[in-house]
Amino acid sequence: MTKRLSLSRRQLLRSTAAGAAVGLASALPLRSAYAADTTIGFIYVGPKDDYGYNQAHAEGAASLKGMEGVTIVEEENVPETVDVQKTMESMINLDGAALLFPTSFGYFDPHMLAMCEKYPDIQFRHCGGLWSEDKHPKNAGSYFGYIGLGQYLNGIVAGHTTKSKKIGFVAAKPIPQVLQNINSYLLGAQAVDPEIACQVIFTGEWSLAVKEAEATNALVDQGVDVITCHVDGPKVVVETAAGRDAFVCGYHANQSALAPEKYLTGAEWNWANVYKMYVDKQLAGEPLPNFTRGGIADGFVKMSPLGPAVSDAARKQFEATLDEIKQGGFAVIKGPLKDNKGNVVATEGQSFPETAIELESMDYLVEGVLGSTS
Amino acid sequence: MTDATTRSADHALSDGALFSTQLEWIARRAEPLAIPIGALIVGLALFSLFIAAVGKSPSELFELMWRGGFGSMFSIQNTLSRAAPLLLAALCVALPARLGLVVIGGEGAIVLGGVAAAALGTALSGAPAMLTIVLMAIAGMIAGGIWIGAVGALRHYRAVNETISSLLMAYIAIALMNHLVEGPLRDPASLNKPSTEPLAEAYRIGNIPGMDVHWGLVVGIVACVLSWILIEKTRWGFAARIAGDNVRAAQLQGLAVGPLIVGFCALAGAFAGLAGMIEVSAVQGSANGSLAVGYGYTGILVAFLARHNPLAIIPVAILLGGIDASGGLIQRRMDLPDATVLVLQGMLFVVILFSETFYGRFRIFNPDLWKRNA
Repeated sequence: MTKRLSLSRRQLLRSTAAGAAVGLASALPLRSAYAADTTIGFIYVGPKDDYGYNQAHAEGAASLKGMEGVTIVEEENVPETVDVQKTMESMINLDGAALLFPTSFGYFDPHMLAMCEKYPDIQFRHCGGLWSEDKHPKNAGSYFGYIGLGQYLNGIVAGHTTKSKKIGFVAAKPIPQVLQNINSYLLGAQAVDPEIACQVIFTGEWSLAVKEAEATNALVDQGVDVITCHVDGPKVVVETAAGRDAFVCGYHANQSALAPEKYLTGAEWNWANVYKMYVDKQLAGEPLPNFTRGGIADGFVKMSPLGPAVSDAARKQFEATLDEIKQGGFAVIKGPLKDNKGNVVATEGQSFPETAIELESMDYLVEGVLGSTS
Repeated sequence: MTDATTRSADHALSDGALFSTQLEWIARRAEPLAIPIGALIVGLALFSLFIAAVGKSPSELFELMWRGGFGSMFSIQNTLSRAAPLLLAALCVALPARLGLVVIGGEGAIVLGGVAAAALGTALSGAPAMLTIVLMAIAGMIAGGIWIGAVGALRHYRAVNETISSLLMAYIAIALMNHLVEGPLRDPASLNKPSTEPLAEAYRIGNIPGMDVHWGLVVGIVACVLSWILIEKTRWGFAARIAGDNVRAAQLQGLAVGPLIVGFCALAGAFAGLAGMIEVSAVQGSANGSLAVGYGYTGILVAFLARHNPLAIIPVAILLGGIDASGGLIQRRMDLPDATVLVLQGMLFVVILFSETFYGRFRIFNPDLWKRNA
């Protein structure tokens, strides 16, 4: 309560000092309309309805809208430039936001960090796992999920579904998170049949519809019959693949509506869970955690319901593995394992669960992935 | 022309009407002001119809736009921050346009200018701050200048269409940046967002003292004024305008059209490269994919709206910055999608371009017509 009062007083002082009589007179009524509760701001780098990364966050934000005393303000298509800094400031100054979720990875440094310094009374939580205690301010923080096991489960269903023994992956950039997803997807399929190979195509951009469509078509042309992806918005990949009669596994959000017959399952973020945790704490006046991260077992990640094309055998193995994952400690990268250049990445007995720090700097594709990181 | 001058001289002598001469002076100068403002009003009126058609209140929308873009000190600074990169980006279009060239690939020069500046800034680490910043600016300008200068050279010496070549060169530039940032120039610590190594704090150009807007605004305005002087007040500008109106006439006059075209294109590219350097040094702190966010393309819009007049670029960039700044507030308060702002921009663009056909058509702005009927 006191926090909210001091916030609006500070803003009043700022406007007055600036001598902006117009701004003051006109900003007051709107601000008071929002001062009755806690305002939380969400910022997205792309459209809210992209069937992907941004939609996953927007669904999380939407789940908060019914909560008592919570006002949600959202802005989409905000680039990772001075624009996002100004959007954060605008949410703080004009909407009275007390907690901000800038959701794109590139918002963190330098944009969000600059705002954390400028507005020490406002809480900022960023999606991406970059916050570290010794380097970053206390009013900043990170939340992120381990989604690799979701791609592993995608791979299991893909492994049962493929007839050509060749599955495909449309990837944005060869960065560690994406490589983990590709490797997990193939290793999931190989848990069904070790003969299966995975062709990967990198588009080079997070969002580039033309290349995503080209990559998908190229995969189908090469005989791939189950496709998944890691790009910001999987819509193009899902629709193109289904149009070419290939099966698809989703990513980020649920894309089953785009290809009801061809959609097998998908690895989805479950941000509603995470955002609710933050907002409950904020309303109760408790401190917000600076760093929080989890996977399927912790409710950060969920799987889309299995589609009509999924066989009974696939369903059985999928559910058994999901149960095992929920027990915790499940490792996809475990020895003996080689990369696709023949280097050993895990020796016999070595195993890296999803939380292992080594996976954060992954720079290889495992044996069986057709493609190269450079 | 001669006829008109004599007649107006006669007129002034016969009546001795100082008042009437003043009126003529005002009328002639009012035209370039009144027509764009009229177009702006018509554009906004059309946009209100659109907003009313989707069931929202136009008056609320305009109130929010005013508040978000111009209504307070914070909003004004928000607007200016967003306008800053557009000034230099628009010059990259406006300068070649005076020679009759339509160059739309400023984005490439911005991106490469940013990379060159960042590379130099990291290489010179430890050198005196002022010197390094100046050298970074020069590096950015050289990179951008070579890129667009090459477009001009292709145009003049090989008759390659400059619109197409500049656009394609922009794609090459972005690919080159991705390669450099993800390869040779990559900071190994930038795992999931490939970037060059962060610039030392000393090499960052900060905000204008007393304002929350970075120095790019001042640089941009100075560049616009200098460009105006170049075009309107120097013999090179005069030669460029002649060549722009009629290349053959200029060649017959013995003007060195080739060097003129290459020089103007190189200068245009240098301004865009400088925009990239400012983006790196003032905002991002390193070169990465966030350099290619479309400033070069918004610059095309600004330049055309300003009718390629460097001085007019300043208010137009501020207007677009304001629309952009208020776009966030409109999204948050009225629950309209981000595309609303694009619709507004599109409507304004079309109406303002259309309004150009009205120059010389209105009697009130044309004293010569007053007399013809008198």
